Amino acid sequence: MDEIWAGALAGLRLVVTLDPALVDITLRSLQVTLTAVVIASAIGLPLGAWLAIRRFRYRRLVIATLNALMGLPPVVVGLVVYLLLSRAGPFGVLGLLFTPTAMIIAQVIIITPLIASIAHQAIRELWADYHDLLISLSTSRRQRIATLIWDGRRALLTASLAGFGRAIGEVGAIMIVGGNIDNATRVLTTAIALETGKGDFALALGLGFVLIGLALAVNIAIHMVSRTESDGRW
Amino acid sequence: MVTILPLELNGVRVARRGKTLLGPVDLAIAGRGCTIIMGPNGSGKTTLLRTMHGLERPSAGQVGWALPEPATRARQAFVFQSPVMLRRTVRDNLAYPLLVQGMAKGRARDLASQWAEKVGLQDLCDQNALSLSGGEKQKLALARALIRNPDIVFLDEPCASLDGTATREIEAILQAAIAGGTRIVMATHQIGQARRLASDVVFLARGRIVEATDPHSFFTDPQTAQARAFLNGDIVE
Repeated sequence: MDEIWAGALAGLRLVVTLDPALVDITLRSLQVTLTAVVIASAIGLPLGAWLAIRRFRYRRLVIATLNALMGLPPVVVGLVVYLLLSRAGPFGVLGLLFTPTAMIIAQVIIITPLIASIAHQAIRELWADYHDLLISLSTSRRQRIATLIWDGRRALLTASLAGFGRAIGEVGAIMIVGGNIDNATRVLTTAIALETGKGDFALALGLGFVLIGLALAVNIAIHMVSRTESDGRW
Repeated sequence: MVTILPLELNGVRVARRGKTLLGPVDLAIAGRGCTIIMGPNGSGKTTLLRTMHGLERPSAGQVGWALPEPATRARQAFVFQSPVMLRRTVRDNLAYPLLVQGMAKGRARDLASQWAEKVGLQDLCDQNALSLSGGEKQKLALARALIRNPDIVFLDEPCASLDGTATREIEAILQAAIAGGTRIVMATHQIGQARRLASDVVFLARGRIVEATDPHSFFTDPQTAQARAFLNGDIVE
């Protein structure tokens, strides 16, 4: 219990004093995670909508696979990305290993199935409502997807936020491909892992509280900006 | 003016899972006016409307228009029994068919505002369409169907759950559309409404057209036992 209080105090101290190291890793956490969420949403949301409206032979198999990939083990993703980006790997020439870009790539791989699956569920229900109308108005497939994404944007926001939640707390993959290098690839989660390893539980807990606060703040900010729960049934 | 009419159905049959829902049906719809489709529940009214509009694929037979397929789609519209509201404002619902047709946003919104005024929804333009009453939703759905100035509009019992005032308002909009040259094909259960609007009547029973005639003949001297029973308010199987 003492350690939790000490952690809370340490976290508060770090925030109040705007500790430069904390600001640096917090900003990097945000940069990596938000970039990954934007990229994964750009892929996952249209993919979810497309799967909802398109009928093809192996559709069920694709959806089942996508759902299964939601539980993709981050460490395995990290390992595969590491092998792909390492000097001996096919993309080694790009020199991306141990950079924030490699961390973003790993996070995109982890959260895209999650965003696409949740988006698919949300869009499927909306498509059931809209199906006859959009067919009747002779909309193109692209217009249907755009309409479903726009009109279902609040449910899709939840999909993206779920992706954010998973990405901001992810440690296994980004530790492997980022290397937890100070001033380069250290983020909140990898810093927590490092401090825990060093036995500085108070600081680790402090960083943990900052991480939780950050996740809450981003969620609340996005809900406020998109005015969810303010316009009745949308 | 070039029109997609006449619409001709030749030997159209719709079957699902081995069960015939409609047909075989032969029917031609041309000129102006309002064709009322009547019949007991399960007689195939909705299936006939959806097949004419292209929402159902016939298992046999042909649905043909005067113009080839790509031209016909945008010049017809459908109003569903339960109006489908896009999760947008009233104005954006009205503008939607124009936007997907490629009209500039400003022009589409102007036209949407004009149509909102035409159907008495001008004060609700910026309101969430899902928050409208049943009558308002159906007026919005009808205006959205008419906003592209289609050659023909199919309506599937649009006043089924509306009160007298809303029904009168819907009929006024339909009368104006008919006067403007839009062909109306409407399924209804309401005999009074059929009398008020019909320029011809199609009566269905068990998926087949058993009478297709002018309203005076149908209402005063129905030729089939099913039609007589229907008009008398008896149970028709």
